[in-house]
Amino acid sequence: MNLALKDIRHGLFRFVLTCFGLGLLMTVVLSMIGIYNGLVADALAVVKAPAADVWVVESGTKGPFAEASNIPLTTRDAVSRMPGVAEAGAINFQNIEASHAGASLRLYVIGYEPGHPGGPQSIVEGRGIGTSHFELVADRKTGLLTGETIRLGRNRFTVVGLVEGAMNAGGDPAVYITLSDAMALQTELDPAAQRVQAARGAVSVKSASVAAVIARVAPGADVELLTATVRQWKHLAALTQAEQEEILVSSVVDLARRQIGLFLAILLSVSAVVIALIIYTMTMEKLKQIATLKLIGAPDRTIIGLIVQQALILGASGWGIGLVLILTVKDYFPRRVVLEPFNVMMLAGIIFAVCIAASGLGVRAAMKVDPATALGS
Amino acid sequence: MADGEILIDVRGVAKHFGEGETRVDALRDVDLQVHAGEVIALLGPSGSGKTTLLNVIGCILAPSAGRVTLDGETVFDGQWLRRDLRRLRLDKIGFIFQTHNLLPFLTAEENVAVVLDLAGWSVEKGRARAGDLLGYLEVDHRAAAKPALLSGGEAQRVAIARALANRPRIILADEPTAALDSKRAGLVMDLLRKLAAEQEACIVTVTHDEKIFDRFDRLVHLRDGRLADA
Repeated sequence: MNLALKDIRHGLFRFVLTCFGLGLLMTVVLSMIGIYNGLVADALAVVKAPAADVWVVESGTKGPFAEASNIPLTTRDAVSRMPGVAEAGAINFQNIEASHAGASLRLYVIGYEPGHPGGPQSIVEGRGIGTSHFELVADRKTGLLTGETIRLGRNRFTVVGLVEGAMNAGGDPAVYITLSDAMALQTELDPAAQRVQAARGAVSVKSASVAAVIARVAPGADVELLTATVRQWKHLAALTQAEQEEILVSSVVDLARRQIGLFLAILLSVSAVVIALIIYTMTMEKLKQIATLKLIGAPDRTIIGLIVQQALILGASGWGIGLVLILTVKDYFPRRVVLEPFNVMMLAGIIFAVCIAASGLGVRAAMKVDPATALGS
Repeated sequence: MADGEILIDVRGVAKHFGEGETRVDALRDVDLQVHAGEVIALLGPSGSGKTTLLNVIGCILAPSAGRVTLDGETVFDGQWLRRDLRRLRLDKIGFIFQTHNLLPFLTAEENVAVVLDLAGWSVEKGRARAGDLLGYLEVDHRAAAKPALLSGGEAQRVAIARALANRPRIILADEPTAALDSKRAGLVMDLLRKLAAEQEACIVTVTHDEKIFDRFDRLVHLRDGRLADA
């Protein structure tokens, strides 16, 4: 006879309500874990997207994400001719605020050279950029649809394809346009401003510079050797893909990451205390029944089983409800919530440990109960 | 009645709490024998040692001195001679409480069967025995009801069924009729007498209920921890 299940069934509504409350708490914990992961994943998404091996940036900078970087467009040709380089492409990045469907839309514009590294890795809908001008590929989170047009700067672009998971460290969804369009977007002035500049006698300088050149090395080529070679050019710096990722995580999103990490630690502690309190209270409410069980001859294992099984069922239910809820709502968060199986299992492990520890407190109280307590009123 | 087998044999039992100035002698040199089929009442004012003696016989409380023999087995002689006192209680002793103390999350039948489950009976045999006992106590029509839905008399009969489930030969009852009206109290005592006779068990009852004194074979008075008279 499973006393734990019988007791749960007896007070099912209360138990379910407790599980649901715990489940909501677990939803918050899982969402914080997801937000933490999402922050890192978002930060790395833009670095990982081009699948580069080496990032060539302006000397003395850790660009193009942690710092501004400006290098001549011709650097791409120089890099692509270097031994061990399979292909190279120039890219630049900029944030713009566009209008779409009556609302403002913050976009992270990535300019790349079609046919060279730096463009979207996989198109989930539509096609890639096929002409030199005024086409774009957008991340689905922009809300743009293929065939729609949107004004960026002075020109109107047509959405020809959609991608997923492309954004900057701030979570702004990315759009890809050609490098020439991106450079124009960065440098072209509004006609009125152009007239003012002309009246002042200023010479229009359209700088042919980009934020970075990315290179993919040939199979068997030495990435370290390539970066060392690039660094010999005094006006350039070279970072490996791993170094670029490390800069983003340790610099660009570090404060936010630590902030969320600390909050997550506090939240886990609070959850542990809440779980412990629920289980302990559940046990304390049953002390008279436990005394009766002891008096009629129930061995310790029966009483321990009653407490531990209920604690584990409570913890598992809370975890399950939390998981279902977060999987249901995670896509409604404005920023990505990334839950890895490892995180989910780690939380299960923590809850298991907390339940066992909290049961220990309850079991300790139960073991101390004098069977004589059952006698009398 | 006194001719039957001795099921409870308490010799020179003493129990004190505390030491020095705070020492309280709850039991002093108590000798008590209860025979099979006998139904006795422990009487005495509050603090006279009735419950302490019941707890000693129930192997809940270790005496400070003396010897306790239950159903032919000496269980205490200066110290407990059995490590597993709960198993001893399960096998030899049935308890009936002032308030029925049924487990609220089990049905009436399960409350009886749980004892048998603990004793290692199979589920089927346990349920059959519980059903038989509830039928014998004329409360089988409430077998599926939870304790909260039972009347006081029904709950007490289920509690008696639980006490009898594993066929103990010693039944200890602490104010079993305190929560019942006089009619039901009389019925419960008649039932206990019947069970003691049929199952050759003895019943030791702590009570203050004068209305049921005539239902006992013997009234044992305790005063200041000593047996006053019998």
